[in-house]
Amino acid sequence: MKSVTLVFLVHQPVRLKRYRFFDIGTHHDYYDDYANETLIRQLAAQCYLPANSLLLRQINRLNGQLKVAFAIPGVTLELFEQYAPEVTDSFILLAETGNVEFLGGTYSHSLSSVADPASFASEAEHQRQAISRLSGQQPEVFLNTEMIYSDTIGAMVADMGYKGMITEGARHILGWKSPDFLYCNAINPRLKVMMRHSKLSDDLSIRFSDNSWAGYPLTADKYLGWIRGSEPAGESITICVDYGTFGNVHPAKSGIFNFLDHFIFLVTQSQDVFFSSPREVIARLQPVSLINVKHPVSLAGEERDLSFWNGNDIQGEALAKLYELALPMNHNVDPDILKDWHYLQASDHFLFMSTKAAPQPLHNRYSPYNSPFEAFINYMNILNDFSLRMDENPLKPDCFEELENCRRLLKEKEQEIEEFREEIRRLKRHKRLPGSGG
Amino acid sequence: MNVLMFGWEFPPHISGGLGTACYGLTKGLSEVDRMQVTFVVPRAWGDELRSDIQLLGANQVPVNRRWVEIGDSETRMEVVEVLSDLAPYRSPEQFWELKSRSYARGTRFVEVNEEGKIEFSGSYGPSLYREIRNYAIVARFIARARSFDIIHAHDWLTFPAGIEAMKASGKPLVVHVHSTEFDRTGGNVNPMVYAIEREGMETADKVIAVSNLTRQTVIEKYGIDPTRVVTVYNAVEPLSDEEKRQIKKGIHEKIVTFMGRITYQKGPEYFIEAAALVLRKMKNVRFVMAGSGDMMDDMIQQAARLGITSKFHFTGFLRGDDVYRMLHLSDVFVMPSVSEPFGIVPLEAMQANVPVIISRQSGVAEILNFAIKVDFWDTFALADAIYALLNYPALARLFVKHGIEETSNLKWKNSANEVTGIYKKLLERETLNTPHL
Repeated sequence: MKSVTLVFLVHQPVRLKRYRFFDIGTHHDYYDDYANETLIRQLAAQCYLPANSLLLRQINRLNGQLKVAFAIPGVTLELFEQYAPEVTDSFILLAETGNVEFLGGTYSHSLSSVADPASFASEAEHQRQAISRLSGQQPEVFLNTEMIYSDTIGAMVADMGYKGMITEGARHILGWKSPDFLYCNAINPRLKVMMRHSKLSDDLSIRFSDNSWAGYPLTADKYLGWIRGSEPAGESITICVDYGTFGNVHPAKSGIFNFLDHFIFLVTQSQDVFFSSPREVIARLQPVSLINVKHPVSLAGEERDLSFWNGNDIQGEALAKLYELALPMNHNVDPDILKDWHYLQASDHFLFMSTKAAPQPLHNRYSPYNSPFEAFINYMNILNDFSLRMDENPLKPDCFEELENCRRLLKEKEQEIEEFREEIRRLKRHKRLPGSGG
Repeated sequence: MNVLMFGWEFPPHISGGLGTACYGLTKGLSEVDRMQVTFVVPRAWGDELRSDIQLLGANQVPVNRRWVEIGDSETRMEVVEVLSDLAPYRSPEQFWELKSRSYARGTRFVEVNEEGKIEFSGSYGPSLYREIRNYAIVARFIARARSFDIIHAHDWLTFPAGIEAMKASGKPLVVHVHSTEFDRTGGNVNPMVYAIEREGMETADKVIAVSNLTRQTVIEKYGIDPTRVVTVYNAVEPLSDEEKRQIKKGIHEKIVTFMGRITYQKGPEYFIEAAALVLRKMKNVRFVMAGSGDMMDDMIQQAARLGITSKFHFTGFLRGDDVYRMLHLSDVFVMPSVSEPFGIVPLEAMQANVPVIISRQSGVAEILNFAIKVDFWDTFALADAIYALLNYPALARLFVKHGIEETSNLKWKNSANEVTGIYKKLLERETLNTPHL
């Protein structure tokens, strides 16, 4: 018996407006509302709504045999609420079936896990609240931005109380090991790690409609056969694809929806393969070994590393300048500033600055910019304006540290008081006992 | 292979990129195996950068006699010969005397000095058309006196010379388009220039364009068959150690430089507008406009109107070392050309570790990755790019790091090899077409 876990990654970057340096300090209107609305509406119609209704229909029909998981960053949920509330509603309907799991992650789809651990924790907490608002669930399994994972990131996630994490089954970390088993974190073995099956996932998300591919046309029977044959002793196969795979990357006329429909049906009919949610996998299976990941992995590129987001000087500078603001942000109370802080952290802004494909001019399919340099210039102008707004904050930066110290002191004192109270209670009990007896 | 090349200028007597490009290409060709280039200019000054190039001034060739080669090129015999359709004269008196006789149609009168040579200014002065015509006359003499395999003419000024040489020798002609009348005038073309350009391109066996942008112009505006037009990109000479020497800056302010002729084609007004925008936001920056041209007075007035003259400087035309000194002092180099067939100066700036901003309407934009590209008319984008390069150090750092790498791949030798390939193909065709006797 082998379980299949379907995980859908839902994320849309928020598009920034052309923001010139002479706009700095004059207005704080950073987003290209028209592009955002158009994109979200288009994706909702092509992908999110039809795919959600397909899943809902199948869940209801199959008496709970179908289980899927979603990773939706909070900023994307915000975009849905703003531009396509019916998508939010359809996710709520899915959540109500009890067969759909929502994963923990970063609220902003940010790179905070590698850039700033303190922000990472607060991002994860924001995301947990967002998931709980949407679905009433408390996430137990964590899926980081772009599946970024390392030993230390895993340990941080374990400290936040998560039981499992899903990451890329990159060849250089697995070596001879198979992604079809459960592993555990090298620092904190209580955190279980599920590995994305790169080949089977990419067959769907990248190659499905490629007619020059040897596997074309991909049918549900063929795909199920590959899952069966993947690793004879394998226990669990994790298939993570961008949700846009259905209807956007591969348009409806490619047959992707029929494929999904039929694949679900075939799995539920089969004797040896069944659907399992990440939460169930982690509860059911025992890890077979530790997995050592010193340097962060991700699901991107051939190298499966971070070079798409932090691979050149401009990306490094933009990231550093952004997270310089993390400390002052802790003391922010303005909801508008918090919203911008979330949107500005999204990893996509850094991806657009990638020069990796040079010497060929970098052509990023999703980039709204003509060049990585334009992306950088625009972002830095916005970031400059944002940091000016932070400076207007009544609290001056130099007092943040002091404030931080005071907070810590306060916490310590509170703890001390609590200890004293405990002691007093104990002493009182002590006193009373002999008294009542005598 | 012997190449007879016609140009109009040669370093250091240059007024723009044409001379630099001709020198680079010729030097690159001289490195090619068994390649001999004779480079003809209207006027040889004697102090040109020669290296291995045989430079010939049209003003050194007498037109009232003729060199005839006998046997090898070392033994020459001077034959006094007056061509039937040419009437050289030395003074107005002689001109009138000649005029009074009767001549066949098409006879050309040409003023010569005591030695029977035609005087050339070699500049772009008011007598330009006469010089072009005279240059063509001399070209015929040169073509008859020398042996060579192919003719190569650079830009319209030399096209008539190329055609004359072709008629005189029957050898294939390659014309090299470094810029077109459309680039120089923005569409308001001079019909005489256009006619000369078009005749050259139509007559030539092959047209070389310096970028795809220019190739497109040649095809669309001159109606030349696309199969006869090839793109060969220009390159850049590596800096000498002397030129690499860092120059100490006297001021702590940043310097943003425009360098080129101050003419419509180079878009100087967009640079000034962008400068005014940047100066509104930051103070520790100065703008330099290096060059001269017919729009200079207008530009000074525009700078004054915008109230930025205290931060905006005009240097006039820079030559030789001053060019590199200016580039080394710069923090940003801007080329906002309205229409630039290629544009070598940005490459020189990149070699001097200066980040560059170039207009999308330039040929060099086709081959550069590490440069910010903007539309020339988009002064907001231009100002934004300047501001970013001055204020976000990582961007400038990235450009400097990759700029050298990128320019060092653009070698004249590569361009020369491509040109050699074109020559070879033409000569192969030539031998195929020649009936064997």
